[in-house]
Amino acid sequence: MSENKTTETIEIKNTSIFVRFGKAFIKFFTKSIPNFFTKKLPNFFVKLGMGIKNGTINFFKTFIEGSVGTKLSHLIFGAGNIYRGQIIKGLLFLACQVGLILIFVLNPTVTGPNGIQVPIGFKALLNLALQGREASDDPFDPHPADSSQLMLLFGLLTIGLLFLYIFIWRLSIKSSAQSDKDIKEGRKPTTFLQDLQALIDGKFHVLMITPTFIAAIVFTLLPTIYMICIAFTTYNLTTMTPDEGTPTSLFHWNGFENFGAMFSGEGRLGREINARFFPVLGWTILWAIFATVTCYFGGILLALLINKKGLKGKKVYRTMFVLTIALPQFISLLAVRFLLSAEGPVNTLLKNLGWITESISFLGLETSGNNVALARTMIILINMWIGIPYTMLMTSGILMNIPTDLYEAAKVDGTSQLKMFFKITLPYIVFVTTPYLISSFIGNINSFNTIFLLSGGGPTVKDAAGMAYTAGDTDLLVTWLYKLTIDKGDYNTGAVIGILTFLFTSTITLITYRNSKAYKEEDTFQ
Amino acid sequence: MIKPTNKYSSQSRNEKASLILSYVALTILSLLWIIPILWVVLNAFRQDAGIVSKDFFPETFGGVINFKLLFTETYYGVDHAFLRWMLNTLIVAVFDCVFSTFLILSVAYCMSKLRFKLRKAFMNLTMIIGLFPGFMSMIAIYYLLKSIGLAGNTARDTSWLNLVGLILAYSAGAGMGYQIAKGFFDVIPSSLVESAKLDGCTNFKIFWKIILPLSKPIIIYTALMSFTGPWMDFIFAKVIIGNAPEMWTVSVGLYSLMFGSQPKQELFTQFAAGCVIVGIPIVSLFMALQNYYVEGVTAGAVKG
Repeated sequence: MSENKTTETIEIKNTSIFVRFGKAFIKFFTKSIPNFFTKKLPNFFVKLGMGIKNGTINFFKTFIEGSVGTKLSHLIFGAGNIYRGQIIKGLLFLACQVGLILIFVLNPTVTGPNGIQVPIGFKALLNLALQGREASDDPFDPHPADSSQLMLLFGLLTIGLLFLYIFIWRLSIKSSAQSDKDIKEGRKPTTFLQDLQALIDGKFHVLMITPTFIAAIVFTLLPTIYMICIAFTTYNLTTMTPDEGTPTSLFHWNGFENFGAMFSGEGRLGREINARFFPVLGWTILWAIFATVTCYFGGILLALLINKKGLKGKKVYRTMFVLTIALPQFISLLAVRFLLSAEGPVNTLLKNLGWITESISFLGLETSGNNVALARTMIILINMWIGIPYTMLMTSGILMNIPTDLYEAAKVDGTSQLKMFFKITLPYIVFVTTPYLISSFIGNINSFNTIFLLSGGGPTVKDAAGMAYTAGDTDLLVTWLYKLTIDKGDYNTGAVIGILTFLFTSTITLITYRNSKAYKEEDTFQ
Repeated sequence: MIKPTNKYSSQSRNEKASLILSYVALTILSLLWIIPILWVVLNAFRQDAGIVSKDFFPETFGGVINFKLLFTETYYGVDHAFLRWMLNTLIVAVFDCVFSTFLILSVAYCMSKLRFKLRKAFMNLTMIIGLFPGFMSMIAIYYLLKSIGLAGNTARDTSWLNLVGLILAYSAGAGMGYQIAKGFFDVIPSSLVESAKLDGCTNFKIFWKIILPLSKPIIIYTALMSFTGPWMDFIFAKVIIGNAPEMWTVSVGLYSLMFGSQPKQELFTQFAAGCVIVGIPIVSLFMALQNYYVEGVTAGAVKG
């Protein structure tokens, strides 16, 4: 830590993190959001317009000023490179073009779950309308039912390929224009070997990021867009056939019907979301706040205890606490679940002591005698067991970095130990770990394991007619999402919940993250 | 009021008292911390194989009978199932460790030390995507992998492809989790990179010869995290491998012993033994590399 960093720390100590968050929260709604609509959004469109204008001008300029090769490159990829003698590069471009066009025209098919052939290519774009055919044993045209999931997936994939085509097209023209420029300025166009060499130097980032970029698009962006699309379809339990558990049948677009059902409470799923969304959201927020705060301050206290001067056996203690981080959660959390079960050791012990006569349903998993408040409290307590050691390790690392001269100066002034803790140690730790606090809050909103392994979302909640809802009393948005999709197959409802969760987490992240030093000074602190 | 002459002795007495208090608090807490784990270990060595015990201490200890059963029993129609599951997990973990570490470090280095067009855009994109719950994409990933034959295979001769799919799914998302490593690279002075550049080093050489040798802690942290990931995760593995018990990873397998489609409460002691077998290597690896872990965690927390 540099000199001015420490002085900054001292100045910041009096505003607590909560006050700062509150201020940021108010600022977000009074300033940032209006600002976004009055300034940023118009600005974005102006920029976009300018970009399109400049891009078009550049496009025609390159075409008009370019050599024969560059002109030809607009039609045939790599023509300009071949014209300038960059044979390998040109052929590579050409191969990409031919390959992509072949995919578009020939529409290669992939065999779906029940033997149906699903195409990729221009036919897949038509399939995006999701007008799949039902199975038919018509003697003249027998065919199995179409697979809407694959139609949607491959349609999106084809759109991606179209973007890829445009991207390579631009790349080929640019590369050709570059060769023109080289010739004009008296240089030789780069050879293929030189291009490869550039990849480990000037264009090193291209080499390093491309694998992740492709993986991110195929395995993260595409699936996310797919699931967003699902929220606008009829894809749920009733549209699936029970055929070996593989969903094979059809679903269609239904616009904003799922979102509408959520507000009106109509239909089976509308009823569930309407009744359960706000309770689950409320508990998710409550959980995230409690889980974050308890683990955070618990961890700091534990770190201070362990790092106390003169204490022996630090390593032994630390090792015992760290066990819960090192052990896979399905082991540690399931162990606690068994310990606390109705027939488990804890209940038996309490009975033997004569304190209770009936088993206590600690986690709300039994058929009767469940208590929501108890189950929630237990989950937060058990989460401390998992989470505190993590903060403890982190804080221990930070404690060693606190400049000792601060303490020495305080000692000279005769400051008491307690005062030193509240005036130096705590502010320093809180200041340094604010980014962690934010990310752990978001992490807790999406904390799947703790809830799933401990209570599975129980106790179950029933409506007036005695029908159980999918979401229990300790279900978070994510576990509800899991139950709706993986367990029940109500994909469209799950996707609606997913989108709402995203809106919620992104609002919080935008408020806190964009106000944090880590974001603002990302570039400067090096 | 304390008289000046007594000040030192009283202070040292106070300190002693608070130290004793700390010992007591720490001992109670650490007992609380290890009791559930100790209970699993005790059950693994229980003589009477069977369901969850009513008591904390099993009545009889039987040595290694549960371990023997665990390695020889047939679960879900798979012979030596536990051994298979361990092996599957090891294979996935090793490949995931290599691919993920490579991807994470390369992305982190580019984001930290290189400046190029679309850098900020890429960072924002990864942040926004990261805010979507992982399950949202899990189902689509399943279909994507299934359509190229890398997920949901149930036939014995093709089910190994599920593991390939799992490795792909684990490592494909890895590069997006570059933030912690980036935080570490950010602290390495940029002047080092610039002076190397003046000496005519290529970017590749700077990364390979200068940055990586300085980054042992973060390399070990990243490798540790991606190696232990497959041992800990089970939701993703459960969805992608699905109904092919011979290809399950150990977490899916052990979970299924107690809660799966054919759960048997009397398998509890074998479940406990399995937990011990999985726990020992992971915990010892973790303990051995603890300092690197702390360094990684701290770097991540401080820089966000």
